Amino acid sequence: MKKIKSILFLFAALFVASSCEKFLDLKPQQNLDTEVALSSDANVKTVLVSAYAIMRSSGIYGGCILRNSELSGGTGEISWQGTYNGPREIYNHQIIAANGEITSQWLSSYECVNICNNVLSALTVVNAEDRETVEGEALFLRSFMYFDLVRFFGKNYEPGATNSQLGVPLVLTPTGAIGNDNFVGRNTVEEVYAQVIKDLERAATILPQVRPEGTSPYYATSGAANALLARIYLQKGDFAKARDAADKVISSDVYSLTDTYAGAFNNEEYSSEDIFSTKFTSADGINQMTEFWSTTEYGGRDGDIEILEGHLNLYDPTDQRYALFWSGNDAMRSGKWNTMYGLVNLFRLAEMYLVRAECNQRLGTSVGDTPLDDYNMIHERAGLAAATSVTLDDILYERRLELAHEGFKLHDMKRLKQSVGSLPYNDPKLVYPIPAREIAANPGLKDQQNEGY
Amino acid sequence: MKKIYLLLSLLCIIFVHIANAQNRQITGVVTSADDGSTIPGVSVIVKDNPTIGALTDVDGKFQLTVPPIAKTLLFSSVGMEKLEVAIGSSNVIDVKLVPVATNLDEIVVIGYGSQIKSKITGNISKVEGNLIKSTPVPSVQQAMQGKTAGVFVEANNGKVSGATRMRIRGSSSITANNEPLFIVDGVPLSTEALNQTGAAINPLTSININDIESVDILKDASSTAIYGSRGANGVVLINTRKGKAGDTKVNVNFQYGYSNPSHLREFMNADQFISYFREAGKNSDIYEGYGDDYWQRHVEKRLKRYSGWAAKLDSDGNYLGSEVNTDWQGEAFQKGGLQMVDLSASGGNEKLRYYASASYNKQESIIVSNGLDRFSGRLNVDNKVNKYINLGFTFSLARTEIRQVSADNAFSTPMQLVAMSPITPVYDTTGELYSTPTTTYYNPLVDVENTKRTILETRTVTNGYLNFLLYKGLTWRNEFGYDLYNMKENSRYGTRTDAGIGINGYGFSNYGMTQTLITKSYLDYLENFGDFGFSAVLGTEFQKTGVDNTWVEGQNFPTDDLKTLASAGLITDGSQTINEYAFLSFFSRATIDYKSKYLFTLAGRIDESSRFGENKRSGFFPAVSAGWVLTKEDFLAGNKTLSFLKVRTSYGMTGNAGIGNFSYMGLYGVNTYNGQPGFVPSQIANPDLGWESTKQVDFGVDFGFLQNRISGELDYYVKKTDDLLLAVPVPGTSGFSTQMQNIGSVENKGWEFVLNGTILKGELNWNASFNFSINKNEVTDLGGQDIIDQGSSRFMNVVKVGEPLGVFYGADYAGVDPENGDAIWYVNEKDANGNIVDPAATTNDFGAANFVVLGQPTPDKMYALTNTFEYKGFELAFTFQGVSGNKIHLTGDPYMAANAAWYDNQTVDQLDSWKKPGDITNVPQARIGYSNGDQGRSSRYLSDGSYLKLRSLTFGYTLPQSIVGKAKLSNVRIYLQGQNLMTFTKYIGWDPEVSSDFVVDNVVSGVDFYSAPQPRSITLGINIGL
Repeated sequence: MKKIKSILFLFAALFVASSCEKFLDLKPQQNLDTEVALSSDANVKTVLVSAYAIMRSSGIYGGCILRNSELSGGTGEISWQGTYNGPREIYNHQIIAANGEITSQWLSSYECVNICNNVLSALTVVNAEDRETVEGEALFLRSFMYFDLVRFFGKNYEPGATNSQLGVPLVLTPTGAIGNDNFVGRNTVEEVYAQVIKDLERAATILPQVRPEGTSPYYATSGAANALLARIYLQKGDFAKARDAADKVISSDVYSLTDTYAGAFNNEEYSSEDIFSTKFTSADGINQMTEFWSTTEYGGRDGDIEILEGHLNLYDPTDQRYALFWSGNDAMRSGKWNTMYGLVNLFRLAEMYLVRAECNQRLGTSVGDTPLDDYNMIHERAGLAAATSVTLDDILYERRLELAHEGFKLHDMKRLKQSVGSLPYNDPKLVYPIPAREIAANPGLKDQQNEGY
Repeated sequence: MKKIYLLLSLLCIIFVHIANAQNRQITGVVTSADDGSTIPGVSVIVKDNPTIGALTDVDGKFQLTVPPIAKTLLFSSVGMEKLEVAIGSSNVIDVKLVPVATNLDEIVVIGYGSQIKSKITGNISKVEGNLIKSTPVPSVQQAMQGKTAGVFVEANNGKVSGATRMRIRGSSSITANNEPLFIVDGVPLSTEALNQTGAAINPLTSININDIESVDILKDASSTAIYGSRGANGVVLINTRKGKAGDTKVNVNFQYGYSNPSHLREFMNADQFISYFREAGKNSDIYEGYGDDYWQRHVEKRLKRYSGWAAKLDSDGNYLGSEVNTDWQGEAFQKGGLQMVDLSASGGNEKLRYYASASYNKQESIIVSNGLDRFSGRLNVDNKVNKYINLGFTFSLARTEIRQVSADNAFSTPMQLVAMSPITPVYDTTGELYSTPTTTYYNPLVDVENTKRTILETRTVTNGYLNFLLYKGLTWRNEFGYDLYNMKENSRYGTRTDAGIGINGYGFSNYGMTQTLITKSYLDYLENFGDFGFSAVLGTEFQKTGVDNTWVEGQNFPTDDLKTLASAGLITDGSQTINEYAFLSFFSRATIDYKSKYLFTLAGRIDESSRFGENKRSGFFPAVSAGWVLTKEDFLAGNKTLSFLKVRTSYGMTGNAGIGNFSYMGLYGVNTYNGQPGFVPSQIANPDLGWESTKQVDFGVDFGFLQNRISGELDYYVKKTDDLLLAVPVPGTSGFSTQMQNIGSVENKGWEFVLNGTILKGELNWNASFNFSINKNEVTDLGGQDIIDQGSSRFMNVVKVGEPLGVFYGADYAGVDPENGDAIWYVNEKDANGNIVDPAATTNDFGAANFVVLGQPTPDKMYALTNTFEYKGFELAFTFQGVSGNKIHLTGDPYMAANAAWYDNQTVDQLDSWKKPGDITNVPQARIGYSNGDQGRSSRYLSDGSYLKLRSLTFGYTLPQSIVGKAKLSNVRIYLQGQNLMTFTKYIGWDPEVSSDFVVDNVVSGVDFYSAPQPRSITLGINIGL
């Protein structure tokens, strides 16, 4: 009896031990192993989709960097009234290096960059007929990230000078493991611009002009790449190339201005004017523009951003763009961001007309059309009488009104060397700090913090 | 009742007098069987007639007159075994009493077995279930507060459903779990909350405190090594009550009580608010120097807006004041309450024994709309089949329904009502609640009125065992345990709530389930060989746990009256996740002792887990310990003062596997873009990832004086944790923000001192118990980094080498510049050697102030004193419990105590703000719309977190047997119980026992952000034994 029991026990113990071994080999059910994710055509394309999702995350094109640009440059025209201290620091030009808004732009942008790098590294598994489009999209998104990184974190690009001031680190290969290679320092502003332009010039040639029939339009096209190029060349002061890129977009005849100014905003789908915009649905993404510019009745916060008389007084009272402002929670609000589940416009055709007009005016050329005609396209759409002559100042003033509160403010102030309140355009306070967490985590950034932080 | 008692007493007296007629006198001396000393204060009564009795005098002598029918005398004394002596023919009865097994001889539950306390070589604290019984708190952890040395317990806030943190000998991990392993009747319980709205709830509220027989807390490596990779944070073994052979005992307990906030803060009233903000507006206009009155107009506009219908205006429409003076803080609170009914029965015979219980517990929080209801039942059965086979099971079922409120950071959480302006009426003229734009922020009372949020938890914990006696002393034990935890969360936000506005209401439904299966099979051997005692355990265990979560959300409801998602016009999102982990383990322990004098223990465990990387699947965790009972040696044996002395030491290694399930893998997760799924890199691989390993050494002394009337323990330990699982911040330029790595070290070292004493015994019994512990926590290495600063503008807990975990790191506030009212901070600029260049230098530019260490969030000293007095059925017990050495970051004060940076109502101390040059004050000039000292990362918002609380006070009365016997009851006890009756602290916030629920983790703690204070409660209870 005793013996039998001992044997039984041993048997039971062995049984338990052996049968359990395989139960330890558990696999995650919500996640995919890295190797699998980049192993097939379908998977790589799905990885690319996630880069768009990251592009649309709150810290970047979910709206926060558009808002931050307006807050940083909007002194005297808008007022931050919210309780969040991150945006308040930005508005008051009292940013600390640990600022959460800025940290989140940095992290999300590079997350998107890394996904693009992964996609670019796996192009060989993509079906040949789609390969160029996938490549073009990845290049577009990566450039989109780098351009904003360098605009916010680097000193202004000075046309005609050697722009050896520090920009941001250029990472162009996917991250495998973390090692010393990841401790990268900052590239110069010039290097970042050069890389971005090179990538976009290629993207513009390999991307399709329109997305294929029957597929979602919210992905990059050659129009988007050219529009971004126009924006970059303009920021860089390369007016001829800016003009030509803008002209390519306009002359593609894919886009047209909406009949009314209001019609360009608060849409749930692309209007005829949208070149590239991002979309929010109730299941998908958080529209940070509505959150901060609108009020609770449209799903926003309390109305964190007020439009001041300093801005409202710029308009002719009959201007339709003026009529779009509205009063909510006791103050004037921008009327562009009242649709929580709708589009946040990133590239509108109107911007291209204004770029072309400005550049033609500066260069004394009429590529595509005359500056006056381009100016009047915008001016008349706003319900104003056509002008008979136009100056550079007129065009810049028109741009200020047409593109108000869409994220252009700080960058235009810097480009046009205009003071923000009492701060000159090149004041260090108008350059964002490299996030404190990044300085701490990356020895490669030692002594590369921006001035004043 | 009183009348009956008087009547009965009278009857007794008469009876005594009648009996006296035929009495006989008995005398004697009572001595101790141990050493022959005489014992004073021994009660001597006639059995079956307790009204006849006497006490021994200082020489142990007694004298008693007994009736002839008296057959037996009953001798009893505190600390001695009761003794019955038959009355023979002699009139002299001398007796010797044997000291009872004091807590030095009690049986302590250890991992996979039990042991006599005096033979233990490790450090285990035992808390008897009776000590925590009927404590009017929601969770067993809170009931443990102050009961043992070295155990820190803190409820996040005063919400009844909130999570509680428990730390045994400090925090040893930065990113992995720091909670001890909770094991109930052999089944490890998952403590992971599965709810997604509001703050995490505490899944251990499903344990009925009154079912607990004992809680044993395993602290040192010798005791915890047998739990291997899950032992590093200590182990809490909870054993529930078992039936005892004999008469059926039925016990009924009723409790009823009230609670209110233990402390309130003082906010500005309407007049103060108006004049203060007008001043702030004026100051801002002057400060800006634009020569306009922008801010003054801004303030007037806001005052009008916030006053709603209550605005008093002159004929020109100028604001004069408000007709109301609302106490918004008062609106956040309600009168809390507690009702509890508890029924238990136990009994059986030698073959079959059982314990059964049922209880109902209803707790209303002090916070509006928060509360919980719990039903629980239990059946524990033990069956002795024959001489060789024992089997049995424990089974419990609990149903807890929580009325959930939002986490502390949500605008909808009731405590954020304090931000509202006192000039704002609660209701508008139609009787509707005001909300924005009239209230400063969303009005949380709308949530109270217009949401329905419940969490229904059901939990069953079952453990069955089957033991075979194989050979003399050798038992083969088999156990099978199952823990099923279900959590169903239904949240429905009406059309007026901030979650439901604009989308016709919002609904969220979430179902979570955690299942743990555990099987154990082990051999247990216990035998004495002459002077040698030997025991050994050897076995294997397999555990698998799975967590399954499914949720769905929707909006666009036709009416607020329909609560389920079936009525949602639009289902907007839904998802499901499944997570699993498994452990396969082999464990063993051997103890040997010589004459119970020299004690020696070896223990160890091998753990393999699905959580560990391919290169590190299996780990070995050994420990060794030894003890020497000096009082068994000739030179101390028979010592009259020192009755027990043992020195012991242990050393061993344990692990922490609370690291997440697939942290070692390189992974892609899923996100979506316009309805299309995308694979997004979510984690970088680390195949070398494993557990954290903790090496702990412990030196201890156990002592007893005067027949162990005074006993205690003193321990010193050093606990060094290496291979910390660190979510190491990596350059964001890599596309990731952190990677899990095993680097870094944390050290905890400290002292624990416990002293228990019977100060008086006799008619008046006085027992006292004191514990004191010091724990010094230090982060010693972060793999080359100096600091992990995940803080933001609002929080400042960081991990820094050379400092305790979660230390506060920010700007050192220097007060106010008397010249201009600017907030100033110390510059604290350091030279190359790390010395501060000019300690006196200050700046009004917050960005120019260098951050320094400002204090630690976790107390390094804890102490508690419990006193129990018993006198003739009356009983008074109270526990003072305190902590010191910590600070608390008032992260809500940058809004409510910010010299009017914005329109949040301000605490009254802000009235002391700077007014004119030369003013000396700590509150900067009030400037609406400007940051003048409201930067959260500064010592301005730190406050001393030390406290001493009268944690509990119980006053009880047990009715005399003579009365309850007549009513055929076995005992009746009435008691009044107070919880948190007094708090002594310098803390300026609500309550120093706080770690705001939405943000608390291993690093961030000691943070107060609109956190509800602990309730102060008073309950009345009655306990009836049938």
